[in-house]
Amino acid sequence: MELTEAHRDYWRKNLRMTAFLLVIWFVVTFVMAFYARELATINFFGWPLSFYMAAQGSLIIYVLIIGFYAMYMRKLDIEHGVDEGAEQ
Amino acid sequence: MSQTFNQQLKKYYSFYTIGFISFVIVLGIAEQMGMPRLYLGYAFLAATILLYASIGIMSRTLDVAEYYVAGRKVPALFNGMATGADWMSAASFIGMAGGLYLQGFDGLAFIMGWTGGYCLVALFLAPYLRKFGQFTIPDFLGARYGGNFVRSIGVFAAILVSFVYVVAQIYGVGLITSRFTGLAFEIGVFVGLLGILVCSFLGGMKAVTWTQVAQYIILIVAYMIPVVWLSVKETGIPIPQLVYGSVLEKVTALEKKLTVDPKELEVRKIFADRAKAAGEKMKAGVEPSYNADRAALVAKVDELKAAPTPDGAAIQAAEKAVDSFPKDGKAYEAQLKGQQGQAGRAAAPLPHGTPFVGVGKTDEEKKKSSDNKRNNFLALVFSLMVGTAALPHILMRYYTTPSVHEARVSVFWSLFFIFLLYFTAPALAVLVKYDIYTNIVGLPFADLPQWVNSWQAVDRALLSIVDINRDGIVQLAEIAIGQDIIVLVTPEIAGLPYVISGLVAAGGLAAALSTADGLLLTIANALSHDVYYKMVNPDATTARRITISKILLLVVAGLAAWVTSYKPGDILFLVGAAFSLAAAAFFPALVLGIFWKRANKIAAVFGMLAGLATVIYYMLRTYPFFTNMGVPKMDLWFAIAPIGSGVFGVAVGMTVMVLVTLATKAPPQEVQDLVEHVRYPSIKGDKMNTAGAMG
Repeated sequence: MELTEAHRDYWRKNLRMTAFLLVIWFVVTFVMAFYARELATINFFGWPLSFYMAAQGSLIIYVLIIGFYAMYMRKLDIEHGVDEGAEQ
Repeated sequence: MSQTFNQQLKKYYSFYTIGFISFVIVLGIAEQMGMPRLYLGYAFLAATILLYASIGIMSRTLDVAEYYVAGRKVPALFNGMATGADWMSAASFIGMAGGLYLQGFDGLAFIMGWTGGYCLVALFLAPYLRKFGQFTIPDFLGARYGGNFVRSIGVFAAILVSFVYVVAQIYGVGLITSRFTGLAFEIGVFVGLLGILVCSFLGGMKAVTWTQVAQYIILIVAYMIPVVWLSVKETGIPIPQLVYGSVLEKVTALEKKLTVDPKELEVRKIFADRAKAAGEKMKAGVEPSYNADRAALVAKVDELKAAPTPDGAAIQAAEKAVDSFPKDGKAYEAQLKGQQGQAGRAAAPLPHGTPFVGVGKTDEEKKKSSDNKRNNFLALVFSLMVGTAALPHILMRYYTTPSVHEARVSVFWSLFFIFLLYFTAPALAVLVKYDIYTNIVGLPFADLPQWVNSWQAVDRALLSIVDINRDGIVQLAEIAIGQDIIVLVTPEIAGLPYVISGLVAAGGLAAALSTADGLLLTIANALSHDVYYKMVNPDATTARRITISKILLLVVAGLAAWVTSYKPGDILFLVGAAFSLAAAAFFPALVLGIFWKRANKIAAVFGMLAGLATVIYYMLRTYPFFTNMGVPKMDLWFAIAPIGSGVFGVAVGMTVMVLVTLATKAPPQEVQDLVEHVRYPSIKGDKMNTAGAMG
């Protein structure tokens, strides 16, 4: 199996996007929870901000992360000729 | 072809949903016409189990790919629903909102942990496992690291994790069946088991998948109806998730008022005094205190009788007190311990929206206890998330999609369908709390609604409201409420007919059954595919492999039900243990196996064993269930409770794996080629076809 430059480029871009999304995931999860006491003083439509984030906001961001990754990778697959339609 | 299949599925499940809703409406009309409640319970139980059974029969199969991975043609949307049902267990459906009710902000660790883990599934695992595309998770470990030893550790861990988890599910099944049909718990367990087996036995993964889709629809409908109704009752708006912020503000205001309310203080002081007195009596010795207390009561009777004008009623009351006094020292000691245990009820109501409330006498103590709670929150979130991305029965689901792209999209749908329930649970907890704070607290005992009495009759551990200070009015401190009752009681609080309670029970049952199905299948597949076919008898015919798998399924299910009938430990601990074990055993080996070509066999062996051993050791030495059995107790590490022990297991497993890999040789070329192979959805000229290498 020979990997071309396009393949290596595909994998590099994938790693970069994975790392980027992972940072977002880490911030809304652990950084938010670490500073939950401080964030609780901010009122967000009735919720203390940290409560809103832990109960709803972070969940919405998780769904968006996964949806965005699927779309981004679909595009990347096709651009680099590794999509599953390509072999047939 | 796949497009028409997708359309057909949408049509079938739309008809099915309409059919199910009509069934609920018909039962609702029957209730209005006087159908007894017990029959409603039976109707729901029978109808849903029959439904799951018929899907099982329709999907029966003898094809290996269909039996193990549903023929790899489950569209992303439906795989998402199936994963949702597979994922959401009895603990999610019944226990979670109750946990949030009792723990406030700190309970949200479960909400975040059980959703955020899907980011790890999507980014690190699902697409790559789908490209690899065999049947089980040990399959991947075996191929990636080579040899049967890594596979065996994988099999052991998969069985351990799934078995611990399935016991918790069957427990939930027994609980619901017995409560809503009046059957004994042990019989309930076996009735529920029947529902699990008819489905997975006949059609393996194929039957389980299509049943899980049906179960998801039932459980989400059952969860939403009462909450929406309650939201309309409290706020006038039918979207509880959008508006409960304002209700939370009102709850917070009520908490402040109740914290300083003189009547509340009075009740809390009674609890504190009782606990203190009981503690002193324990210190003085059980036997002497027992004799002294009993003598005092007897003396009171004599004194009343000897009075110049004996008061008949007072004498009767005093004699009754003597009669109801514990018969021996042992019962007396239990009573004292109970009173000591109620010391917690002397505390002011927990501020629901405040994170990590510190307790202690000085500011320093408070700060320390608050920091502790924060650290435990972080550790628990981490363990649950990484555990999510390592549970074999969930990862297995991504083998069933038609392509790598569909696997990625299917993780999106999975989390979306899970999200629907998980972002509703915190709203449910706040709405129920508000209702209890406003409609039950301050009510005369004579006016308590019917549901209070009927649930008190079921089990005092679930709900008990006792007039502690004898003023005839309910104080918040007089209400003791159990975690598992909140969801079940919501329809009644919302003033909905009993048919909706039956629907909620059916939803809880669907949640428990669907998870149990997925878990049992994982165990049976690990044994039949990984142990029997891959290690013992590689020449076995297809028919023989499926037969073996079915026999094992029966044996494992029977064994799990037998263990469950002993009611071991509490559900939450079992679930937490399963997540930490899975996280430590699988996550480092799976992720490094995909992202680091150099990771090798010996490192995987040491990493997996070290991770598992760390978690098992920590639980044995710190969890009261084991330490009470004689395992020497040790201090917690960084004050982290055993439920969050996955954080240590993953750290140890990861470190060991990296260090051993660096100290040893890189794996052979064909393994490195396999890693390249799974990284790209398709490569021109790639001869490797792991997915086609199935027999």
